[in-house]
Amino acid sequence: MTTIQMPLPKPIQHTRSLRQRIADNRWVYLFMLPSLVLTLMFTLYPIFASFYYSLFQWSGFTSAPHYIGTLNFSEVIVDKQFYNAFKNSFIFMFCSVPIKLSLALVIAIVLNDRALRLAPIFRTMFFVPVVTTTAIVGIVMTFIMSPFNGPINMIMLDLGVLARPIDFFGDPKLALYSVVGVEIWKWLGIPMIYWLAALQTIPASLYEAAEVDGANWRHKFAYITVPLLKPFAVIIVLITAVGTLNVFALAMTLTGGGPYFASEVMEVYIYRTAFGAANSLTLPRIGYACAAAVYFGLSVMVMATLQLFGARWANKERAGLSAAETTAGGA
Amino acid sequence: MAAKAKRLSNEEHQRRLAIRATRLREIVTTIILTPLALIWVYPFLWMVSAAMKTNNEIFRAGTNLLPTEPTFENFQRAWVQANMSQYFLNTVAIAAGSVFIVVATTSMMGYVLGRYRFPGRRIVIGIFVATVFLPKGYTIIPIFELIGNLGLDGTLFGVILAQSGGAHVIFILLFAGYFGQMPKELEEAAIVDGAGFLRVFFQILLPLAKPVMATVVIMQLIASWNDFLLPLVLTLPRPELRTLSVGMFAFRGEYFTDWSGMAAAATIAIVPIIIVFLAMQRYFIEGIAGAVKS
Repeated sequence: MTTIQMPLPKPIQHTRSLRQRIADNRWVYLFMLPSLVLTLMFTLYPIFASFYYSLFQWSGFTSAPHYIGTLNFSEVIVDKQFYNAFKNSFIFMFCSVPIKLSLALVIAIVLNDRALRLAPIFRTMFFVPVVTTTAIVGIVMTFIMSPFNGPINMIMLDLGVLARPIDFFGDPKLALYSVVGVEIWKWLGIPMIYWLAALQTIPASLYEAAEVDGANWRHKFAYITVPLLKPFAVIIVLITAVGTLNVFALAMTLTGGGPYFASEVMEVYIYRTAFGAANSLTLPRIGYACAAAVYFGLSVMVMATLQLFGARWANKERAGLSAAETTAGGA
Repeated sequence: MAAKAKRLSNEEHQRRLAIRATRLREIVTTIILTPLALIWVYPFLWMVSAAMKTNNEIFRAGTNLLPTEPTFENFQRAWVQANMSQYFLNTVAIAAGSVFIVVATTSMMGYVLGRYRFPGRRIVIGIFVATVFLPKGYTIIPIFELIGNLGLDGTLFGVILAQSGGAHVIFILLFAGYFGQMPKELEEAAIVDGAGFLRVFFQILLPLAKPVMATVVIMQLIASWNDFLLPLVLTLPRPELRTLSVGMFAFRGEYFTDWSGMAAAATIAIVPIIIVFLAMQRYFIEGIAGAVKS
């Protein structure tokens, strides 16, 4: 996203004063107002408000908040459940992202083959889970993967692959990874489309030229596909990684964080601390949940920034590569 | 002459071999991909099939996808008793409202960013780019509190407004790119005729942006239909305002053993959105691909 290239309208003469230019553009500002107001209210304000709330002890939206400074932060940092959720969120990301992206890349390369006439149908089939309601899919999957009469276990028992049914979401050792599995199934279509869009920027003539020179598919993959996909890859990894942290709907409906918090990710932890108190004995702790959210949001942003530097670097590589390409074409 | 004919047939032979190799590759990849793609849609086939079975049949005959005696009684039970009709209407109302607001605000924003240069333009772009990398769980508490302060807690409009408030950077970029590449002559002629800023936008340029609008409509519709965290938190005090996803989540505990009823409710919620997607697939996929291209 660093390379947003907006078409720049022709520069106008800058001889007029700033005030005059603003007055000239009053309609422009009026047009931006609705979108800006909504973004400020529901995207920017919440970031600063989270930080502000985290300085208070506050048990509900009806009671009065009580200022306690940074006490929430020092308490969160030693909270075992916070660490557990934080760790689970990152385990989740580091398991899901590589599998999802590599599987999506393989499928995209296969579907990008012109010879495959059924490609549009396959593409649709892989994409269907993406558009379906996550929370409802989560509930359906608890049936499908249920150890009691769930079709997956029944099929595997019938085939003799299993001796006993697997309790995908009830076994503390398995629960988090089962959620990862469902998440990969659900969202694979998005990186698949990303990769397809990236693959379509590679001119077919490059492959044809390589074929004339006797390159096999491995050469073509290593020397054409990989280097030309690299700049896209950084962006795709970044968008996918940040997207993978938004797993609330699946985590909540598949396991609710259980059993015994074994699959509790950050969003479920924040929700449980701030809102979930209706069905537990403890009071909601909004300031405390905000402090946890601030820690988490900051780590995600640090991660995203690191990746953006990676993207800059990759773009420089690409610029060099396309320069080489044009000289080769000219020669 | 004979030599030339022979060479020709030789080339012909080569060409045929190449075609045969391509066909073989097609057949092999199709054979490998088919089971994988079937796994991808199996849960939905199971869901629709279970919705038409009795609970008895699900538990007894398990893995067979074809119901022996298809029944529609489950749908009726879900629609009436489980209140899916109410949740369906709520979801439609929220989706319609948020699609309208999002199309209006992002097209206006994209129009000025794509076609005008003005003081503060870079700041506005900077704000939107910065919002891309925020995880949602991070902002839900202040949003809840803000909706409460606006007096919109426990209203459908509160959910609509909160859904429309995401920064929607991709939509804005799509509009900005599309408006930006339109020829300047379009509005020049209109301005000569005396059209003002508003008329140029609403009567001349916006109608030309229909393809982008279709993309934004379908993407926002699907996002709104599938949203869970916002409607869950914002309808906590008012069960009658629940959306399909929140409703199903809420009565899962209640009807846990009624698999066929739950499958019917899930089918009611999911099949419409799959149909919308299949009908407008091209626009949706273009929107997703736009995220990488920009």
